[in-house]
Amino acid sequence: MFEPQIMCFLCKWCTSAAADLAGTSRMTYAPNGVNLRVMCSSRVDPQHILYAFRAGADGVFIGGCHPGDCHYVEGNYKTLRRVTLFKKVLQDLGIDPRRLRLEWISAAEGRKFAETMDQFTGQIRSLGPLNLNEQVLHAREEQHE
Amino acid sequence: MTPKKKDKRIGLFVCHCGVNIAGVVDVEKVAERLKDYPGVAFSTHYVYVCSDPGQQMIIDTIKEKKLDAIIVAACSPTLHEKTFREAAKMAGLNPYQIEIANIREQDSWVHKDKDKATKKAVKIIKSYVEKSLQNESLEPIKVDIHKRALIIGGGISGLQAALDIADHGYEVLLVEKNPSIGGKMIQLSETFPTLDCSQCILTPKMVEVSRHPNIRLLTYHEVDSVSGFVGNFKVRIKKKPRYVDESLCNLCGECEKVCPQVVPDEFNMGLSFRKAIYMPFPQAVPGTYTLDAANCLGLLPVRCGKCKDVCDPKAINYDMKETIFEEEVGAIVVATGYDLYSLQAIGEYGGEKYDDVVDGLEFERILSASGPTGGEVRRPSDGKVPKSIVFVQCSGSRDTEKHNPYCSKICCMYTAKHAMLYKHRVPDGQAIVFYIDVRAGGKGFDEFYQRTVEEDKALYIRGKVSKIFKEGDKLIVWGVDTLTGKKVEVETDMVVLAMAMVKADGVEELVKKLKISTDTHGFLAEAHPKLRPVESLNAGFYLAGCAHGPKDIPEAVAQASAAAAKVGDLFAQTELIHEPTTVPVNTDLCSGCAICLTMCPYDARSLDRERGVVVVNEVLCEGCGACAAACPSGAAQQRNQTDDQIFAMVQAILGE
Repeated sequence: MFEPQIMCFLCKWCTSAAADLAGTSRMTYAPNGVNLRVMCSSRVDPQHILYAFRAGADGVFIGGCHPGDCHYVEGNYKTLRRVTLFKKVLQDLGIDPRRLRLEWISAAEGRKFAETMDQFTGQIRSLGPLNLNEQVLHAREEQHE
Repeated sequence: MTPKKKDKRIGLFVCHCGVNIAGVVDVEKVAERLKDYPGVAFSTHYVYVCSDPGQQMIIDTIKEKKLDAIIVAACSPTLHEKTFREAAKMAGLNPYQIEIANIREQDSWVHKDKDKATKKAVKIIKSYVEKSLQNESLEPIKVDIHKRALIIGGGISGLQAALDIADHGYEVLLVEKNPSIGGKMIQLSETFPTLDCSQCILTPKMVEVSRHPNIRLLTYHEVDSVSGFVGNFKVRIKKKPRYVDESLCNLCGECEKVCPQVVPDEFNMGLSFRKAIYMPFPQAVPGTYTLDAANCLGLLPVRCGKCKDVCDPKAINYDMKETIFEEEVGAIVVATGYDLYSLQAIGEYGGEKYDDVVDGLEFERILSASGPTGGEVRRPSDGKVPKSIVFVQCSGSRDTEKHNPYCSKICCMYTAKHAMLYKHRVPDGQAIVFYIDVRAGGKGFDEFYQRTVEEDKALYIRGKVSKIFKEGDKLIVWGVDTLTGKKVEVETDMVVLAMAMVKADGVEELVKKLKISTDTHGFLAEAHPKLRPVESLNAGFYLAGCAHGPKDIPEAVAQASAAAAKVGDLFAQTELIHEPTTVPVNTDLCSGCAICLTMCPYDARSLDRERGVVVVNEVLCEGCGACAAACPSGAAQQRNQTDDQIFAMVQAILGE
């Protein structure tokens, strides 16, 4: 079975705390995602997402606080705007925008974190490997022809 | 001096955490696999790194192996980051050269496949080695503290916290949205298990608060917005117009006599009436009348104006307006209390339809000597003395399907008290209690409950009530006795529902203003359920009373005192340490486009027009990094979380 590689950027205050809670509550979920803790989801630059896809990620997950709950007032709204726009860019680049997922998961929602990880892993698995480098090479060859 | 990336010597300590980590992650293999990773000068594993010998091992190894940085692969950084930073500091390392790789909560506890979990642990640790290679040594930024506390809520918890902090010698602002302080406790009749009169024990505290030289009492005020950070909050407070000058009102009560507008009295839970100009209850603090504009016939004297005409001291002023002012405080105690789950929420119990089905607080008012019946037990519909009362515990509590899954904690005890007091007032009456369990865990609680059963002959039926309806003059209660498995039908004169305690009405708006976290039921979340039960995860905020979850009066008082002590700890420091992981600007790269200014919610960044670059006030910068992500030239880089560090971490996680 295809085991996707998933890069997760988690905000320290909500989603990373939810991931901790999922652990404390001994929930189990797919091990495909590896977490990188940022202070706020708004720290995630589209460059980081693109870099992850280039480095071999089949899916990128960003977790932030619910609207209105951002520790830094409104960082999550900035993230939402960036992700919404960046999905269009991904589409243009030939990357299925479903490979990028933004989810609001509060510190109390350990279960939601576990379920989202399972669900996202399943979704990426059904989308198949991204093979970005091969795709890009293929596109270049086509251009040259 | 931060060593150069290429010759940095990093030490790695992989914790077994007993079997918590080692049971799933092969810690030996992890330490072995990372031994030769670029930058790692030393790698080991140990059974409990957080133990004293574990910490000593870190200290000794740092010195012995001349390490520049360490990584502890263990539990979540929220638990032991501080422990390891302190240990490393003792060995002379800068605390910002310590990284915690979370391989417990986010790995060993959530995965069962040993091989996959071990691989994941390696990836997590590698990412931290990459981060660590580029970490700078940082010095904390020092900030002054405003040694004043804001307390939100004037119930017993808020009052206790205010008195304690004021007694520590610090100034306190106490904000209460209602016209008087006192909260829910002032509405209670007697308190379990001692049967102290609630008003008798609370009013002296209310008076003390109003007279304390260090307390500024702001009743009929609300918090409008909060900005800033621990030690340096700016709070905008809204003063609602009372239309009566507190300093002039002499409580003669003439205004109340002439007021033509009659509305249900909130203090008596709607069981009696008050006028539109009113005093909530006789011992209200501050002692003044308040004009409730929502129910007043009109603030224009041409429309009514009767109260103004009779007011001898000229205290009534219809031209008062809502005002907002700003205050600076260093700590905020949130003591906003609770509300009862609404009677409407359980339609089958008929609380909405029948006057004689009341909730616990309504029954408190019926029992209270200052209540609508003067303390005689009379039912609301016709004023008759009920010859039997059915009490239903867990109304809306411990119901995972339709209502609240949690236990409201105090209902067992107050129901026992209700049954006992009813029996004292109506000796020939019969109290019947439906219960799931009787939870009487508290000092003197079980003895009190036994007294209700044995001396006052309350009949306890173990089971749930399914329906309550009216037949003629009587209420019929259908339920099931779960001990015999038989259906029960009880005919009674009155029903008291021990409704669940729920989050206070409107607290969600306040929580958004304060930006503090709550649990799934809307109660405030503590920083740690066992070790930091009175602090919010958000620095500078403290929790007291039922805003945090159901609790009885002694617990609320204890928590308020604990919160006050924590505020005292904070204020005892001469200055505060501000995290230095801010986002400065590399002026060589900055083009002065000012995009980052629009990203910053703290006004920490400004444009230096002369130099054409952005400058940063690092005391205001909270280090969210939103600006760094928006900066098109890469001039804004978050300290110890630069773009290069994130790229290197991502590469370490994904590249194999």
